[in-house]
Amino acid sequence: MKLECLGLRKQFGEYEALRGIDYQAPESARCLVVVGPSGGGKSTWLRLCAGLEIPSAGSVSVDGVELPRDESGLLRYRRSIGTVFQAFNLFPHQTALQNLITPLVHVHRFEQQQARDRAMQTLNRFGLGEHAEKKPAQLSGGQRQRVAIARAVAAQPRFLFFDEPTSALDPVMTGEVLALIEELKGEGVTLFVVTHEIGFARRAADEVLFVDEGRLAASGPAEATLNDPPVASFREFLAKVLQY
Amino acid sequence: MSSVRSEPGAGWLRSPLDRPVRGWPFWLNAALLFLLLTSATVFFFFQIDYRWDWAAIWEYRQKFIDGWLATVVISLASLFISLLVGMLLLALQRSHWILLRLLGRTYVELIRGTPPLVQVIVFFYVVAFGLGLENRYVAGVLVLSAFSGAYIGEILRGGVESVAGSQLDAARAVGFDRVQTWRFVIGPQAIRQTLPALTGQLVTLVKDSSLLSVIAIREFTKNVQEANNFTFSAFEGYVPLVLGYLVLTLPISFMSRWLEGRFRYET
Repeated sequence: MKLECLGLRKQFGEYEALRGIDYQAPESARCLVVVGPSGGGKSTWLRLCAGLEIPSAGSVSVDGVELPRDESGLLRYRRSIGTVFQAFNLFPHQTALQNLITPLVHVHRFEQQQARDRAMQTLNRFGLGEHAEKKPAQLSGGQRQRVAIARAVAAQPRFLFFDEPTSALDPVMTGEVLALIEELKGEGVTLFVVTHEIGFARRAADEVLFVDEGRLAASGPAEATLNDPPVASFREFLAKVLQY
Repeated sequence: MSSVRSEPGAGWLRSPLDRPVRGWPFWLNAALLFLLLTSATVFFFFQIDYRWDWAAIWEYRQKFIDGWLATVVISLASLFISLLVGMLLLALQRSHWILLRLLGRTYVELIRGTPPLVQVIVFFYVVAFGLGLENRYVAGVLVLSAFSGAYIGEILRGGVESVAGSQLDAARAVGFDRVQTWRFVIGPQAIRQTLPALTGQLVTLVKDSSLLSVIAIREFTKNVQEANNFTFSAFEGYVPLVLGYLVLTLPISFMSRWLEGRFRYET
């Protein structure tokens, strides 16, 4: 896949969350990991790339096609990708299984039985088969996030966005979820992950991106960039994050 | 919804729906309550030393039945139309056009801020007359619906606004369009929020239909009062009156309870 951002800006009222991002992902990159301090614009960037917000200026292109700016065009784009949120955002009135089936049937036009098979197969793969009939409130945080990931991948999107997928989880659950994301990387889908887990970035990322104060302050191959951060702000950030 | 986790010490936080009472404890308590209420009633009526005369009232039984049926028809029609009015008001207040939003807001404030009795009179003698609407029953149903619809609109708006922004994010992320978002996310979550308040409003509507007696609509309350007047009796008519309204309002409550159970989920 190809991701390209040109002069990308986003303003919320008076507040400028993104102040111009220019970035072209290497075509070989399967996993882009975005790190940086809170409030620096990471999530805003993800939401622009995932078609959840419209840029104030500049553009996002995916696979050589610029994202549309109208809601129906963006809807079509969002149907081809998957997004996972920090707070899981499962539908609390539906069971885990229904959370997967409803979009499969009504968005991706699966037959009911076909959708059920695909949903069960996805849940089983993530070790969630026995929880299929439970509602989100009956699941642990880690299980909820795995269901949310299952919901995002069930329709086999070309691109998966993760917005701080483990920030609401304890270390054990964080491990479960990150292992799952890493596993997905091996399957040809491209990942765009915003996270605070530097260890994950080191293990799984092809490309690490450091976003600070609304700008892309540094980017490059994971290993090299993390071992020898090219800018002082990135070095300071890593020193703080890795202190404890 | 099989197992609901029990959290010790937080019993007072949980809804009674988590611990339904069944079997003999229910019936024992129900019998006890019945006994209490009956003895209280008997006690109070014994105090005033009233001589019951049911025969006089029995003469007018057809009047009771007619009135009750009128109330049933008026209530059902108003229930239905006031829900439509409520939904319309919800749509107005969420409109992109400022004029429509203001219209919805003003309507709600006017209706909520004035006595329903005045609304009935003004609507019937001014608006309905101006519109050439001569059938007082139709006018009555319309004014009741207009009145109750304002409250229902606010209840619905509260329910819809209670749906979290993160849920709307999720709906967009999985690719739901606007209609699907209402159908699969906002609707089911808002219904759960609004059911108790909505039930209260619908029950109130049934009772408020008695306001229409001021424009000479022969509904239940008016007919019973007339029968009481004709027979010079004070209380006899009110016993069937009370029962007649309960027959209408209790099923609404029961149905709502049942729906609350169906739409229930933990958050």
